[in-house]
Amino acid sequence: MHITDILVTGEPIIYAAMVSIALVTVAIVFLLTYFKKWGWLWREWLTTVDHKKIGIMYILSALAMLFRGGMDAMMMRVQLAFPNLGFLDSQHYNEIFTTHGTIMIIFMAMPFLIGLMNIIVPLQIGARDFAFPYLNALSFWSFFFGAMLFNISFVIGGSPDAGWTSYTPLSGAAMSPGPGQNFYLMGLQLSGIGTLATGINLMVTILKMRAPGMKLFHMPIFTWSTLVTCFIIVFAFPILTVALALLTIDRIFGSQFFTLTGEGLPMMWANLFWMWGHPEVYIVILPAFGIFSEVIATFAKKRLFGYNAMVWSMIIIALLSFLVWVHHFFTMGAGAFVNSVFSVSTMLIAVPTGVKIFNWLATLYKSKIEFTVPMLWSLSFIPSFILGGVTGVMLGMAAADYQFHNSYFLVAHFHYVLIAGTVFACFAGLVFWYPKMFGHKMNERIGKWAFWLFFAGFHVCFFPQYFLGLDGMPRRLFITNIAEWLPLNIISTVGAFGMGLGFAVFVYNIYYSYRYSERETTGDSWNGNGRTLEWATTTPVPFYNFATVPYVDEIDPYVRMKEEGKTTFDETKLKPIHMPSYTGQPIIMMSFLGLASFGLIFEWIPVAIAGLIGGVVMMIVRSFDYDDGYYVSVEEIKRIERKARGL
Amino acid sequence: MAAEELKTGPLEYRSQEGRMGILGFWIFLGAEVVLFATLFATYAVLFGRTADAPTPAELFEPGIVLIMTFLLLTSSFTCGLAVNEMRKGNTKGLTIWMVITLALGVAFLGFEIYEFVHYAHEGATLQSSAYWSAFFVLAGTHGLHVTLGIGWAILLLIQIAKRGLTNKTSRKFFVISLYWHFLDVIWIFIFTSVYLIGMVI
Amino acid sequence: MKNKHLRSRWLGLLPFSLILFLSGCGNLEMTVLNPKGPVAQSQYDLIMYSLWFMLGIIVVVFGLFAFMLIKYRANRPGRKESDYEPNLHGNTMIEIVWTVIPLIIVILLSIPTVTTLFDLEKAPEPADGQEPKEPLVIHATAADWKWFFSYPEQDIETVNYLHIPTDRPIEFMLTSADSMSALWIPALGGQKYNMAGMMTKLYLQADEEGVYDGRNSNFNGEGFAAQTFKVHAESEEDFNSWVEEIQNEAPELTQEQYNELVKPGLTDEASFSSTHLDFVNHATTDGADYVVERYRELYGEKIELYDIDREETFE
Repeated sequence: MHITDILVTGEPIIYAAMVSIALVTVAIVFLLTYFKKWGWLWREWLTTVDHKKIGIMYILSALAMLFRGGMDAMMMRVQLAFPNLGFLDSQHYNEIFTTHGTIMIIFMAMPFLIGLMNIIVPLQIGARDFAFPYLNALSFWSFFFGAMLFNISFVIGGSPDAGWTSYTPLSGAAMSPGPGQNFYLMGLQLSGIGTLATGINLMVTILKMRAPGMKLFHMPIFTWSTLVTCFIIVFAFPILTVALALLTIDRIFGSQFFTLTGEGLPMMWANLFWMWGHPEVYIVILPAFGIFSEVIATFAKKRLFGYNAMVWSMIIIALLSFLVWVHHFFTMGAGAFVNSVFSVSTMLIAVPTGVKIFNWLATLYKSKIEFTVPMLWSLSFIPSFILGGVTGVMLGMAAADYQFHNSYFLVAHFHYVLIAGTVFACFAGLVFWYPKMFGHKMNERIGKWAFWLFFAGFHVCFFPQYFLGLDGMPRRLFITNIAEWLPLNIISTVGAFGMGLGFAVFVYNIYYSYRYSERETTGDSWNGNGRTLEWATTTPVPFYNFATVPYVDEIDPYVRMKEEGKTTFDETKLKPIHMPSYTGQPIIMMSFLGLASFGLIFEWIPVAIAGLIGGVVMMIVRSFDYDDGYYVSVEEIKRIERKARGL
Repeated sequence: MAAEELKTGPLEYRSQEGRMGILGFWIFLGAEVVLFATLFATYAVLFGRTADAPTPAELFEPGIVLIMTFLLLTSSFTCGLAVNEMRKGNTKGLTIWMVITLALGVAFLGFEIYEFVHYAHEGATLQSSAYWSAFFVLAGTHGLHVTLGIGWAILLLIQIAKRGLTNKTSRKFFVISLYWHFLDVIWIFIFTSVYLIGMVI
Repeated sequence: MKNKHLRSRWLGLLPFSLILFLSGCGNLEMTVLNPKGPVAQSQYDLIMYSLWFMLGIIVVVFGLFAFMLIKYRANRPGRKESDYEPNLHGNTMIEIVWTVIPLIIVILLSIPTVTTLFDLEKAPEPADGQEPKEPLVIHATAADWKWFFSYPEQDIETVNYLHIPTDRPIEFMLTSADSMSALWIPALGGQKYNMAGMMTKLYLQADEEGVYDGRNSNFNGEGFAAQTFKVHAESEEDFNSWVEEIQNEAPELTQEQYNELVKPGLTDEASFSSTHLDFVNHATTDGADYVVERYRELYGEKIELYDIDREETFE
């Protein structure tokens, strides 16, 4: 394959992207060299196994991916509002909605939430790090290289263009030749391994490393949501691993799983994909529920209403999530009986979800609501999510779904639940825990601007799409060719730009707050309203998290600790703390596996084998690595804590 | 972490790190069960879709599969004996039984490769039909697991030879024994639901 | 003061969303909400039935939400001590109530859903006082990116347009020559997938004469947007004379011609006085790979589609 066959050519947007990628890369390399930061970058970040730093890297990557996915969305909206512009052709539009969907779900929503889990869950349960810090770094780098691999498809080789669901036979070797679809398969496979590892890692962390006395039903609700999510990850992700592997083998090695030849069965892909895909949407929504619960309880200054019901409803949602996958293709003709069963199971999910909504409302009852930025994101979630939820039930009614399916009604529905649920939660969580991560809060005034712009833009963008769907506009249509559809599409595009502006203001706020925000002096950043253990640590959080781990036997332990004047620094109980060493192995191992994936994408088998051998060698290196970490001395802990606490 | 060392109980369970590692591996095996369950489901769905290729009933022969089953079941037993020696603190016994286990594993792999080559000669390859794709990927994934297990166990034997039995080496060895038994269980399912049913229908 | 400002902003959203909602609903031209046949009608009835429950839920939740926000904001003037109970953490009775009510709603929604599902598997019942008519069988075959409609009884075939008689059930036999598609005529009823190597059945019926939009609604590649067709619903007499005209005037469909038409790409409307079912049925295992085997290399070629045919009303 010649180099000119690899680079995507012929479109001004792509040349612009190439130039900007090149410029940004040169700028980063220049800045790092000029300020002599290469060593710092390697020592402090690329080799870190600290859950807080890994979490920050997850969130920064997720924000970058949100930008990329958002740009895709803007281009789609421009194309649909101006059908006479000839802005994008069909092929290009198909690539863009495919990358938009894949990036937003796999490389934005999940890493964002996993980033928050990384930083907060150990702090909430009183742990010093993850159960397997090395594995955690490995997970991050597998996500990172997976995401990079997927993103370079834009300029090298060509983007996938079969939708984020990648239905066969369209995505098979016959109908989608070339590397585009391989980028999808390998990018998801590589990052999927990391997600599975994170699921196991967090599960063991939560089950084995809780503070003394903390029973499962004492855990903060965000930690509970993480635990439930990890169960879903462990049982759903292997299905995706298999589905992706089978399609990869189909495409590269000529097997006949999903082909039209050799008696293959293309419909099996839809089944396998959604057996993972439906649990996946709960993987991104349950942690969001957890974040909202934490934020609402904190700024209502009140205990969460119905804690047990909240936990059990999450568990029931998780179980039901494995029993509804057929509702994504009621129209496949499985028959009235099968559709009835899955229709009822789908609607049943509304019951535990409804319970949660009412519990949040009841938490607000007899409370003292303070409208901070994280609270605004969380409160606005309730009415917005209800609109997505009720239309979800309507979609679950299979007979009616025959009309909604594949239409903009569906598009509006899942954006209503994913944005009002997951994206609002990511923003709420980031702003809420921002002081724990960076030692200063985000500016409230600018934060409110970002919120209102994004919130209003969101409703203006997606509410009209329900009506477009009812008027028969199918999803994934590259041009608005029916006059009646145009006005609502224009409104929708206006809203999308509102959201874009809101995001821009949000990012500006990060810069502004870095420059001008007051530095935190206490660990309990939100006017002393913290309820759970993460607020008991100092800000910035010392690398070992807790000098002494408190005894916990209730739901909001920090409330009692404050009443009794206790802290996480009890000089009489100090002991040396064991910490894991930083290591460069994870990033090296994953870059080899990234190389192997790259080789497979272009079907350059020698490159793939070379990468694989590199990866295996790194695993052997790891197996012989008996580095047991190091101990932080009591004197060192005293020095750090006294300085942080101003003693 | 390492602070909570126990003085009694099996060596691999004495440190917090060891307990977490073993729990984590059990959860990983749970994920592996889902992975193989998906492959079995795929196989079941594609059963009978042989297109122009020979049917399994024409190719499967009881003899070789029985030998493979015998080899793998025995290896699981000798692996158990190796763990038993580890509990007694007998490094030499452990090594001997584990080498036997691996030899049986290698023999199993040899028969499997022979079997695959034989089928390919008869016109049933990964590419020939949906059914054969499912068969080769299911059996092949198991075979790949066995291969990885052999490589991994060799690394551990070297480490045990160098370092003797410590909290860490014994935890690692216990984990691979779990893995080896798991592969045995999967093989029993392959033997019954793929080979026995394939021979009958 | 700041809070008052905030509240007015929240409340400001209410009329805003109402306007949007009414502008949508007031426009009763919306295809799905303006059914032209019994199948679409039954789905419309189900949608409207569910919509009342949904509106009820929305009103209750929005009402409670507004009440909590207004009454329990921290600096509402005139807050009382009794308005704050930080340790309130549950109430079994009320939690049971709000679990049972959604459960009842789900049951109330399930019953008509299931009955409608089973009804849709059969040809629509005739209107009161009318004789049941034998359904008209049409094989609808999707191919990248066009539609073949074969009328086996009449022995005619059309490409990219469809004629049907009114007041008579149509039994669509859906299949695909290559990628998965879905036949959707929103004015007449919901969609079902077309899949190569298998056949799905879809009953539709038009009660009113007219020209309706039909399309493939399931994304299947570059020409997806152009894979549309017009449905001409006309009286039995008009339909019969159209059939006769095609039988007499249109050429026969040869296999060479069909092979040419079925190539991945766009084609115009066409009519034939025989059907492709004479030489291949893509619903069978043998027919599934018919196109892929012949034109595998053509799928990689781009058609560079920047625009498609538009409605006349489009300015």
